[in-house]
Amino acid sequence: MYKDIVLPRVLEQVVNCKDELAQFYLMDCIIQVFPDEYHLQTLDVLLGACPQLQPSVDIKTVLSQLMERLSHYAASSAEVLPEFLQVEAFAKLSNAIGRVIEAQPDMPTLGVVTLYSSLLTFTLHVHPDRLDYADQVLGACVRKLSGKGKIEDSKATKQVVALLSAPLEKYNDIMTALKLSNYPRVLEYLDVPTIRVMATVIIQSIMKNGTRISTSDKVEALFELIKGLIKDSDGTSNDKLDEDDFKEEQNSVARLIQMFYNDDPEEMLKIIETVRKHILAGGPKRLPFTVPPLVFCSLKLVRQLQGQEENPFGDDASTTPKKIFQLLNQIIETLSGIPVPELALQLYLQCAEAANDCELEPVAYEFFTQAYILYEEEISDSRAQITCIHLIIGTLQRMHVFGVENRDTLTHKATGYSAKLLKKPDQCRAVYACSHLFWVEDHDNMKDGERVLLCLKRALRIANAAQQMANAARGSTGSVMLFIEILNKYLYFFEKGNPQITVASIQSLIELIMNEMQSDSTTSDPAAEAFLASTMRYVQFQKQKGGAVGEKYEPIKYEPIKA
Amino acid sequence: MVLVLALGDLHIPHRAPDLPAKFKSMLVPGKIQHIICTGNLSIKVSLFLSNSIEVHDYLKTLCPDLHITRGEYDEDTRYPETKTLTIGQFKLGLCHGHQVIPWGDLDSLAMLQRQLDVDILVTGHTHQFTAYKHEGGVVINPGSATGAYSSITYDVNPSFVLMDIDGLRVVVYVYELIDGEVKVDKIDFKKTASIHTAH
Repeated sequence: MYKDIVLPRVLEQVVNCKDELAQFYLMDCIIQVFPDEYHLQTLDVLLGACPQLQPSVDIKTVLSQLMERLSHYAASSAEVLPEFLQVEAFAKLSNAIGRVIEAQPDMPTLGVVTLYSSLLTFTLHVHPDRLDYADQVLGACVRKLSGKGKIEDSKATKQVVALLSAPLEKYNDIMTALKLSNYPRVLEYLDVPTIRVMATVIIQSIMKNGTRISTSDKVEALFELIKGLIKDSDGTSNDKLDEDDFKEEQNSVARLIQMFYNDDPEEMLKIIETVRKHILAGGPKRLPFTVPPLVFCSLKLVRQLQGQEENPFGDDASTTPKKIFQLLNQIIETLSGIPVPELALQLYLQCAEAANDCELEPVAYEFFTQAYILYEEEISDSRAQITCIHLIIGTLQRMHVFGVENRDTLTHKATGYSAKLLKKPDQCRAVYACSHLFWVEDHDNMKDGERVLLCLKRALRIANAAQQMANAARGSTGSVMLFIEILNKYLYFFEKGNPQITVASIQSLIELIMNEMQSDSTTSDPAAEAFLASTMRYVQFQKQKGGAVGEKYEPIKYEPIKA
Repeated sequence: MVLVLALGDLHIPHRAPDLPAKFKSMLVPGKIQHIICTGNLSIKVSLFLSNSIEVHDYLKTLCPDLHITRGEYDEDTRYPETKTLTIGQFKLGLCHGHQVIPWGDLDSLAMLQRQLDVDILVTGHTHQFTAYKHEGGVVINPGSATGAYSSITYDVNPSFVLMDIDGLRVVVYVYELIDGEVKVDKIDFKKTASIHTAH
């Protein structure tokens, strides 16, 4: 009865009254008052009335309300969905919207987008598996927007963002959203800052859902979507963007790169190459953010391949660690001149270690060479030098792949750098760290007791020099600490069985320290005293262990400081 | 009973996108009295609603008493190279560990422990969980909280450590994410009253 009698009469009245306020109010009432099933069944009639209303009526709100109600209705239970199909709700609504927009050529962009946004939400709820419907909606929106240029109205912009976010939230998978061919086209109409916002929304959706992006094609499509973040758009300057916001954006891209993964090495390599291609266009401001994650993705791939035997009959095109290292070299090279020498140095050393694990001596040597060049030519801040020296020595200490000559060259240089650090205490510490370069456990041919001792003695000389400088300046000593550190190193190698470290040398070092601490010119150094005390406790413990260790330590004598 | 969270080597976003969700749901504000962080936070971590904040600030929301030492990738140069603090009867030392060579070598770490004169030394860098007891005390490495790639350790599982300090006793709980499940292990340490004369 509603369909045949009530509604047509009511609508007739509404149309005839020709008062825009009344029309709006009455349409709204009809939609809110009558149940949704009625609306479904009377869609034709209801929608038919819309173009007949006064042009100034806010028809988009009316239609949006209707679609919203129907969306909720669809979401309320799966049983009602067939009804929607039966009355061809989607087709009717999209046609109606089309007609309304045509009837009002002056409708602002905001109106157009709001309508399509509501229709899209409706479609996602009612026909979640009909990607073609969703695509249609986006396509219709694109057509209506074409010829209008970039959207400038901020409310309209917000609506477009809502329009584009809806599929992301619904599908929980960016890949599905990417299947909508019109999706990128809608993006084109946004101004550059909003495209970047949208790109961040997309990345957040991926992170939240833990989506793995697994082929280079998908990576390509994704990067195309978020290209506003990857590189500068033509003709725009980035000056307006806040420094922190820029960092935040780039960090999202970096985290996104971590989500690219495929078990198959061939595909993974393609992904890496695709990413590289895109990030290269990013310029010096972006590379320090995007290069490191790509490097670590590549190193993970190397590790994956490490276990596998190299197929001697494999064709040249197959993925090998060597190939990846070549790529890595090129990737890290892009950082040169930015300048971020510390970062590049760290990355080179990471690659060197990976090459070591793959038994690729020349590759590892090449990475070390690059690292050393950076150290010599570009790292001048003293604090940075200390960190880099630690990394160089620490990495070199772990390398077993080098032959004697190569190892000697690299070690010699590292020791040289250590002795040239700015402050004497730092020099001393770096030099005694180098002693470990000459003594590597599990490799008997890499245990050179003499050179260990030479290093330690060199460290002692530096500590002495520091001592004298401090005495001359009548400053606090501080170098007693250094002597105690060196003593601990003596004990370390003594225990490991270095024949060059004798009890006598240890004893005389202890005496030296005692003299220093008791001498009148030195100010009391509680930290040094505590260190000495704990060192001597250690000696005591070792003696008490008995057996071979106890015997070793037995001859070492120590008298505690009398207060 | 004082709870101390020890974690580090997150390497976000260079080597890992985020803290594992299961860890985030376990680490809630108000439960922990101190946080010590070995370094290499790098930069950002996400909260549940995809807002991202600095890792530093995230840790502060868990507990305001936060101590961090500098890792080689940390951009914040205000972090010190080493730090010592006293919690209850225990003296703790914190250091990222890339400065102690050979990396991961327990004897060299014990030397640092003697130098800092601490009962418990917490270091990182190797991304490998270890808890090593010797006559001078305990050396703990909480591993990498995100399971980040390491040139030193293969197959890193995300892990962190919670220490329960009670009088002269500390129980070290290690939480490791293995194949999607959080596994817990614990180790007990008792401190003997010191015999050496105080200065």
